[in-house]
Formats: sequence, C-alpha cells, structure tokens
Amino acid sequence: MNTIYFDNNATTCAAPEVVDEMLPMLTEFYGNPSSMYKFAKKAGDRIHEARQRLADILNAMPEEIVFTSCGTESDSTAIWAAIRANPEKRHILTTRVEHSAIKNMGEYLSHNGYKVTYVPVDSRGNLDLDYFYDHLTNDTAIVSIMWANNETGVTFPIEELAQKVKQRGIVFHTDAVQAVGKIPIDMSKNNVDMLSLSGHKLHGPKGVGALYVRKGTKFSPFLIGGHQESGRRGGTENTASIAGLGKAAQLAAVHMEEENTRVRKLRDSLETGLIDRIPCSIINGDTKNRLPNTTNISFEYIEGESILLMMDELGICASSGSACTSGSLEPSHVLRAMGVPFTAAHGSVRFSLSIYNTQEEVDYVIEKLPPVIERLRAMSPFWKGPETECEIKS
Amino acid sequence: MWEYSDKVKEHFLNPRNVGVVENADGIGEVGSMSCGDALKLTFKLDENEIITDVKFQTFGCASAIASSSALTEMMIGKTLSEAEKITNDDIVAFLGGLPKEKMHCSVMGQEALEKAIACYRGVPVEEKEGEIVCECFGVTDLEIQRALKEHNLSAVEDVTNYIKAGGGCGKCHERIQELINEFKGHEPVIDKKPEKLSNIKKIKLIEETLEREIKPALKKDGGDIELVDVDGSKIFVKLQGACSSCSAAQITLKEFVEKKLCEFVSPDLVVEEVS
Repeated sequence: MNTIYFDNNATTCAAPEVVDEMLPMLTEFYGNPSSMYKFAKKAGDRIHEARQRLADILNAMPEEIVFTSCGTESDSTAIWAAIRANPEKRHILTTRVEHSAIKNMGEYLSHNGYKVTYVPVDSRGNLDLDYFYDHLTNDTAIVSIMWANNETGVTFPIEELAQKVKQRGIVFHTDAVQAVGKIPIDMSKNNVDMLSLSGHKLHGPKGVGALYVRKGTKFSPFLIGGHQESGRRGGTENTASIAGLGKAAQLAAVHMEEENTRVRKLRDSLETGLIDRIPCSIINGDTKNRLPNTTNISFEYIEGESILLMMDELGICASSGSACTSGSLEPSHVLRAMGVPFTAAHGSVRFSLSIYNTQEEVDYVIEKLPPVIERLRAMSPFWKGPETECEIKS
Repeated sequence: MWEYSDKVKEHFLNPRNVGVVENADGIGEVGSMSCGDALKLTFKLDENEIITDVKFQTFGCASAIASSSALTEMMIGKTLSEAEKITNDDIVAFLGGLPKEKMHCSVMGQEALEKAIACYRGVPVEEKEGEIVCECFGVTDLEIQRALKEHNLSAVEDVTNYIKAGGGCGKCHERIQELINEFKGHEPVIDKKPEKLSNIKKIKLIEETLEREIKPALKKDGGDIELVDVDGSKIFVKLQGACSSCSAAQITLKEFVEKKLCEFVSPDLVVEEVS
C-alpha cells in the first residue's frame, strides 16, 4: 500500500537534492568550521553558501541570518532577545492562535512577571486588528505574530502590522515557520525585526532552523557558548543540516510558483471534492487569506483521532485538532479561539499538501474518505442520519 | 502516536454490537460532545435476567470505541448481577491494556453500564452531588473521591487520566491535590496564600534570601550582589565583582536572582539593576 502524505505542515520529506547536498558534509567536508586549516574551511564555505541561499529567498542580507536547531529555538531566541534588550518593558503582545512554541513561552513569561496579551481572532481565523492596535502600549517589549497559522493556513497581514508596530518603536517578531517557502516573503519591503523559520517545513532536514535578525536590532544570544554565528548562537554548527536548509531554500524559491498554482489547485480540488460529498462538513479558516497547500475541514459529530486512524489503514496521513490526538483533553486552541463549536472542533482534519503530491492521490482521498466518515457517524450517538441538522453553516 | 494493543486496534477497526437495541430494557448514556467523548449503551434481557442483546453508540477516539465494543462483548450472555460486577479495569484487561492517558475511556464504559442497569431497575440516577471541582469537565469532589478510592490514585495526573478532572485549564489542580492528600490520610492542605508582607518584613526576607540562596552562588564565580532599594514589588540591586561586567548579567538577574526572590519572598517581585 502506498503512503499518501498529506501532512506537510507537520513535516516534509527532504528533497533528493537536499540529501545530495548534505551527504558530503558528513563524509567529505566534515571539518569543524571553526578550525584553522583549509580542510575545515570547506565546511565553512558551505555554511556561507547556505546563509546566502537563505538570505536570497527572504531578500535579506546573509549577515542577518542566524542558524538555529529548529523553529522553536528561533522563537525562544527572538523573545528572550527582545525582553533582555528592553528589561524595563514588561508586556508582550501575541495572538490566541500561535503555535505552542510562542503560546507556551507566553504562558511561562506570564507566570514570571510579564503581562501577556493574546489578540483574538474571528470565526474565519482573522486577527481582530482593532484589538491589536488598542493593546500596543509603551510597556510592550515585543510583538510576536505568526505569519501563517499551522492548523488552518490562515495568513496574517504581517507587513501592515509590522509597519504600525515600527512606528511605536516596538520589536516585531514573526513565527514564519509555515510561511517560508510557501508564499513570497521580502524582508526588504517590510518592518519585521525578527523572523523564525524551520528546515523541515520546506523539504529540508529536521534539527535545523534559522532566525532572521534585521541589522540594527538589539540582540543577545539564547545559547551562550562559542563565537559561532558571529557570537549570536553558540555551539558547533550543524553543517550538514545547514547545507541542507540552504539547498531547501534555493529549491523553495524555484518551486514557489508551482506551490501557488498547481499545489493550490490540488488543495482546492481535495477540499471541494470532500465538502461536496460529505454532509455537515465545513472548511475552518478564511479561504482567501490562506496558504496554498492547507485545508482544515471539520466533519461534525465524529472524533478526529478515529478519522485519522481509519485513514491510516488506507495509507493516508493527515492531522487533527481533536483533543484525543493532541494528548490533551481539549480540542485545538486555534479552532476554539475561532469559536468552532465542539460538534466540529473534535472532528477537524488538516490536510497539507506539497509539490510532491498528485491529482491521483487527491482523487484517492476523495474516494476513500467519505465511507470512513459515514462509518464513524453510524457509530455516533449524535448522528441521526441524513436528517441530522448541521450545527455549522457555510 | 498512541501505543494501542492489537486487541484495541481490532475492536476499533471491527467494533462489535454497534447500534441501538430496540425496546431496550436498559439504557445508559454518559459523556457529552463538549467533553469529547460520549457513549450510549442499550441492552435487552430474557426472563432470567440474562443479557441477550447489547449495543453501543460511541462518539470518541479509538480507545473509546474499543472500550465500548469490549464492554458489549463482556456483557452478552451474562446475568445482570454478573454484568454489574464488570469494572473499567476488566475492560482494560480484556483489551490488553490502554495508554494511561486513555483510562477515562474505560471508565466511561463502566459508568454507562451502571446507568443502564439503574435504568432497568427503575432506580433514579442520582444527579451529581457535591461541589464542582473541575469546571472544564464538570467533575465533582464526590466523583474524584470515588475515583481515588476505586483505583487507589495518588497523583493529579492519574485523576485526569481516569476521569478527566484537571485536564483543562488546570486551575483545579490544587483542590484535586487536597482531595488526594485527604484520601491518603494526610493533613488537609492549608491554603498557602502568601501573607501580605509589611515593607520591613519584605526587606528582611529579601536580605535573608540574598545571603542564603543567591550570594553564595554568585561568589563562586567571583561575583556578588547588593540590595539598593525596594519600591513596592520592584527590587533594585547592584551587581558587583565579576557579575558587574558579565555579558550574561541580565540572564543571571532575571533567571536566577529574580526567580529565587519570587520563590522565597513573593511571586510578584521584579528585580532591576542599578548602576
């Protein structure tokens, strides 16, 4: 049975070209870039090249790129850097729908002397901009707003927000882990101070990420150690993964158009095919301001983990915002923030595609999923057959 | 991903006795949409009170469906008094185990069975009594006490795994711990709200904490610290020795000094450096 991988917001396969780029770093160019001999310089050169490639996709300067181990480290680094740079400021502004890397950091800081404000979203997952502007204060040390939501794919107007924040002299960070490589980002045309990204979300390897730090931004390292990354992140460089990330960024730039045309079309085809065939199903999130590869669909009156496990039996990989899959007892904080009712929040499934997916795979899911939903609904005490009233309306 | 036994997978993928028994003698419904799982259990008896037919409908995860399916298998052919003895532990054993975080699925089965039998006997199911402890999942102190007793639980996490209490916002953890302590025969926990400190008491406590907890650690690295002033919850200090020129001074101040003072003096304290 073939695996149909529709969970690319969770992680992606490393592109074959990325693997080819990485292998020599483990076998041939394995020197420590900090060493003094020519042999080590070869590794250093590859890091230099990767930094340039990553800068190119962001239209940034290579010296504005700090390599890290993952998106979470990049997020933590950005938050700590901002609050250390402004020790007198004790307020943080973020959203109610952030990834746990920011959400839990906010919770931690709120228990440690900081006031954290979470900007709400509407039923489509769009930010309440009035609330956002009303809660910027002179005490705000940092604003951290994700570029694209990992569960719904909904994108936020980061350029507009960053411009307003800049006018107030406040540090602006964005967790762009889901956005980089999927939609164009031009750092020369926005006022974002720091931006987080992750290698494994754009067909690079796991265990490597980066933080863009705009030149002139006050910065202090999160990992304190050696002089690596110009003193901004201690620790021997993960040369193979950094080279892989550089290559992945280069490829993402090449595939950006395909991502926004062919992949978008596949996503739309999947979405329409399922919504048309399955009653009481609805798309979660704004369908206009959204990543081209992501759809989040709720199937009312059944539970997400059951859907995923039955899909798994058919070789289909996806994610759910249900309580049972998250390891908690409550459904996705993103869907609840949007006001998605429990009937639907527990039965949400996220499909996230990539350039490696095909129409045949989409057709297979469209064919196989409706009977799964039907079967689970037949077991549900809340499903009364075709006459069941849908709680959610399009 | 959860580690499910083969038997759980088998009962999830091929559940037995799905549906509703027509003209059922007993009906038990537990759970709700908002809780994330629900079970409706219906059965029919013959003249000897032997269960001849039993069916379930479940809204929930693989564990919930498998637990419900297993329960029906265990019930069928038993007399009512035999079925009455089935516990959630029996359901778990039948399935070859469940992840600890999923124990509440088996508890749901036991509760549905109790309700269905009570329904048959015409015993009114008592509305929840006692004081609501967990508002997220509507769990009372009596229900927690019952779970503690029946399963000999000893940690908040266990209570959450079995009956969900404490699995939401977490505000009730302290109260659950109190109930655990009472059950274990400990002294009831006294509400440890920090007393309002007078300025003199606060300064004295700060100085004691600096001397006992903070200075020895700083001195090991050639540094030191001096209390300069206290203004409400703000504490002004001066770093000395190696600390005064250390690039990580702000981290030391926030991550070590401030945390220690919050721990030993008052949780709302903010430490600031003066030059």
